[in-house]
Order: sequence, then C-alpha cells, then structure tokens
Amino acid sequence: MTTSNLHLYVLAAPLLTAFFVNLLGRKSRSWIAPLALGSLAFSTVGSVLVLLRVLTHGAYSYTVGNWNPPFGIELLVDHLSALMLLLISAVALIATVSALKSAEREHPGREHLFFTLYLILIAGLYGLVLTADAFNLYVLLEITSITSYGLIAMGKERAPLASFNYIIMGSIGACFYLLGVGYLYILTGSLNMADIAILLQGLYGTAALATAFAFVLVGLGVKMAFFPLHGWLPNAYSLAPTGAGTMIAPLMTKVTVYLMIRVILTVFTPDYAFFHSPLVQSGIVWVAAGSILCASALALGQRDLRRMLTYILIAEVGYMVGGVWLANANGLTGAILHIVNDSLMTLCLFLAVAAISYRMGGTGFDRLQGIYRKMPVTMAAFTVGAFSMIGVPPTAGFFSKWYLILGGIDAGHWGFVAALVISSLVNAVLFFRIIEIGFFFAPGDAHGHGHEAHHEEIKEAPLQMLQPLIFTAIALIVVGLSSGPLVDKVIRLAIPGSF
Amino acid sequence: MSEFMAEVVGKYNYWLYVVLMMIGFYAMIGKRNLVKKLLGMNIFQTAIILFYVSTGVKRGAGIPIVDKYAALKHGVDAATVVNPLPHVLMLTAIVVSVSVTGVALAVLLRIYREYGTLEEDEILEKIGR
Repeated sequence: MTTSNLHLYVLAAPLLTAFFVNLLGRKSRSWIAPLALGSLAFSTVGSVLVLLRVLTHGAYSYTVGNWNPPFGIELLVDHLSALMLLLISAVALIATVSALKSAEREHPGREHLFFTLYLILIAGLYGLVLTADAFNLYVLLEITSITSYGLIAMGKERAPLASFNYIIMGSIGACFYLLGVGYLYILTGSLNMADIAILLQGLYGTAALATAFAFVLVGLGVKMAFFPLHGWLPNAYSLAPTGAGTMIAPLMTKVTVYLMIRVILTVFTPDYAFFHSPLVQSGIVWVAAGSILCASALALGQRDLRRMLTYILIAEVGYMVGGVWLANANGLTGAILHIVNDSLMTLCLFLAVAAISYRMGGTGFDRLQGIYRKMPVTMAAFTVGAFSMIGVPPTAGFFSKWYLILGGIDAGHWGFVAALVISSLVNAVLFFRIIEIGFFFAPGDAHGHGHEAHHEEIKEAPLQMLQPLIFTAIALIVVGLSSGPLVDKVIRLAIPGSF
Repeated sequence: MSEFMAEVVGKYNYWLYVVLMMIGFYAMIGKRNLVKKLLGMNIFQTAIILFYVSTGVKRGAGIPIVDKYAALKHGVDAATVVNPLPHVLMLTAIVVSVSVTGVALAVLLRIYREYGTLEEDEILEKIGR
C-alpha cells in the first residue's frame, strides 16, 4: 500500500465492507459491529495520514486508471478535501458506535440492510469531497442521496412520506445541477473542474455561463437545504431512524456546503462568482441573513427537541453560505471552520438526542422534564453541545462564529452580522428553555399524566451511546481551543491566495 | 416575432426539451397524487437526458464507431462522427434515474400499505386525525 493512493483506500474501505456487512450480517448480526467499526477506523487512520501528507507535501491530484485529465477522472486531494475527509471519517466513526445500539432496538433483524446503506452513504461522501470532475460529482451526489432516501424511509410512522418528499426535492436539486453541468459542457467541452475553469476565462460575460452558474447553485442549494429550498429537511431528518439521523444530519448538509465552496473556487473561480456581479454576491448574503432569521424563528415554534434541532441545522446552513459569499478571507475561513465545528456540535446534539430517545422513547418537550436528574451525563454533554451552538467560549462554535462576524464586518455587511447575533440569542433562548424544562421541572410536574409509572425506571443511557457522546463533547472544547493552529495550518492554505 | 419564431425553429430540439422539462416540473410540484409526482420526475429526467444527447449531434456525422487501424494511422476527423461523450454520460444518468425511481416506488409501496392511498390530501387528512 503506497501512500499516494491512500485516499482511495479510505474511500474503498466502507464501500467494500458494505457488501460484506450485507452478506455476513444476514447470517449473524455479530459480524456487523466489527466490520462497520473496523472499516471506518481504517478510513479514519487513512484520512489522518492523507491530511499529514498534504500538510507536509502540499496538495496532489490522482488520476484514476491512469487516464490523464482532462479526459480521465481526476481526484484532487488538497487541504480542504483532506480536512473534509478526516471530518467525515471521524464523525461517521463516532456516530456508528451509537447507531449500532439504536439500530439494534429500532430495526431488529434488518440491521444488515441498515448498515449496508449506511456504509455506502459514507463512501459516497468520501467520493464527493475527493472528486475533481463535475459529472462525477453528480453521480456521487445521487449515490449519497439515494442511500439517504432509503435510510430515512426505514424510520417509523410518517418517515416514508418524508422520504418521498425528499426524493422529489432531491431529484429536482440533482437535475438542476446536472443541467448546469450540461451548460458548462456545451460551453467548454470539458468536465474536469480545473480544465473548465481555464476554458471559461473570457466567457465571463455570457448569459449561458450565468445560467449554468445559477442552475448549479440552485441545485446544490436544494441539496443543502438553503432556506427557501429547505422544505424537505425537517421532516426527513426528524423522522429518520435515530442512528441514521445521527450520521446524516452532521454530514450531508455540510458536505454540500463544501461542494458549493469547491464549485465556486475550482470551477467558476472566485473572480467570476464573487466579483463579476457584486449584486448577486451581496444578494446571496442577504438571503443567507434572512434564512438564518426565518429558520431561527421557525425553531422557536417547535415542541420536539429533535425537530427543533433540524431547524437550527437550516439556520446553520445560512451561516455557512453567507460566510462563503461574504467573499473575504475571514468569511471564508469562518465558513470552513464552521463546517468542521457545526458537524461536531450537530453530532454532539444528535448523539444526545439518540441517547434520550433510547431511554424515553421520544424527544417531545413534555418527556424532558427532570431529565437532568435522570440522565446527568447525557445532559452534561448535551449542554456542552448547546453552548457550542449558542457560541459560548471556549466551545468550538464560538470561534467560527467569531470569524464569520469578523468577515461580515470586513465586508461591511451589517445585515449578516445582525442576523448572526440575533440567531445566537435565539439559540440561547431555545437551549435555555430545554435546560429549564430538564433541570427545574420535576418529572411529571406540569403535565403529570400517565408517565409516572415508567419514569421511575429511567436511568442513564447505555455506555455504548454515552462514550461517543462524551468523546464528542470533549472534542468540541478541544477543537475550539485548537482553532488557531487549525486555521493557520489548514484552512488558510485551503483558501486561494487572492483573498 | 418572426425572429423569435426563427430562433424556435432553428433550435426546436432545445425548445422541445424545455417544454418537456416544464411539464415534468409542473407534475412534481403541482400534482397531488404521489405516482404522478414520480412520473413528473421521470419526464423531467428524460428531458435532461435528451438535452444532453442532442448536444452531441453534428449535421451529417455518423456513429462514433471507427476502424481502429485507420484511426491510428490517419487520426479521426471529428466532423464525421457525433460526440459520444454526452451519450456515455447519459448512460450513467439513466442508471441513476432508474435507481431513484426504484427507491421511490419501494417507498410508495410502504406509504400505500400504511395509509391505503397515494393521494397526498387523503394521506395528510389521515395523519391529521
């Protein structure tokens, strides 16, 4: 195994393991845990090595099957994609530990199917961050989407309906992206991202390029649930099986934001995307600011913890999109740092939700009364995640929000800064409401009907769900405290020098 | 007006796909029956597939199957063969569209078993109850 194709092993491990999980897991479910955890641990180690290699030797590209670009398919491993590779590996590995436990409860006898889809989805995400080919990106986007349609449909009650809505919306998004790539292909005759960028120079004024750009952005916007296009997300993510939600929610939207950054930086180049028409640039930041406010307001209306988190997730997408479109170094740094931090804090909160719903059978606010006394460790970790969402130092969320606000000030975009601050306050209200219910209300205090009987038995979540949760909560603080080196050594290098 | 008509007639294939696309798009957004939504999605995807395929066409060009030895010796005159790349891309897109349709049909089966109907209004009514 040479180090130059290590990133391919990272991608191949979950993909190949998925088939073995299906075959062997069918015979005995004791195969599933070692296979899934083993392959993801392998990928995590591999992506650490890839990141170290990129840090010492710089970015490198890889031609699959020795067909040279622009004709062959190229994989690009630069600072940004190596960072995303590690992020996906780490989040997926941690989420899987907990997902194994909740899948055991929710899908008895069908766990092998669940984890087959689960691992293919992770392989698709790896592919998305590695590829340097515009059409490949479409195919991988659909691989991740189709597997997540399947995973979401495995949920209870209304989940199939939510999944179907996601299929329709997701297909519209993917088709728009495909159409945009079609325009680019007509314009340039190439599908390789770097090649397209070179061929597009001198075509900046044309309507065809503007149309292509709009189609690609709207397509990705649907997939990342950017506010006016977010309709599918709350139902899909809150009704998905707990284990699937724990992995999909932190990763899918964030990877799509990465794709937007990749498309802007590599295909259309910042010159065209940001500086060709300032109206579009500031318009999108305004939409992002509006989306943060609207999603925060919608989150206030929710009476279920998990559903509330899905709306916060949509607001966070607004943070990142706005940060990217501020079109300055601080904004872009903040957006990339926020991809990392938001994945971790979403993971932390969803792991806590998984632990709570494992014991309580749901996450409606009425079930959370007195939960701090029953599940102190879970709720301590939940509080760390909540503080990070609000942006309390020294948790990770504070630092990326700091960069985003700095970026907003640099760009003179006060609307976006105001939206960030207001959304932080709304998050504080949201989470302190949970803390109030969980900490100060005695079990069955306000709505004391019927639940007392089983309230007595409720204890801390099983260790297999607690360990990843505690680990993530600690990681939030560690990543927060090491933001400085992370920004200096990795993220600054991922941003093109022109900023 | 006549200029516009000339534009439409000159590029009639693209206009056709736009019309097809809009039909599919309308069905996906506007129809209340879940199967019709799925059919709309298929029309939409087919329109994009046709759009891609027609970009490879050249007037008077043949199929892109050439004599290997002749091609190695003299090279290929690009004007005599249609561009095969969009066709190849669309093979992949067809695979994607078939798998999405498959997953969607399986999900529809589950919805039908759960609610006994595929009309969105009736399903929402049953959920509301």
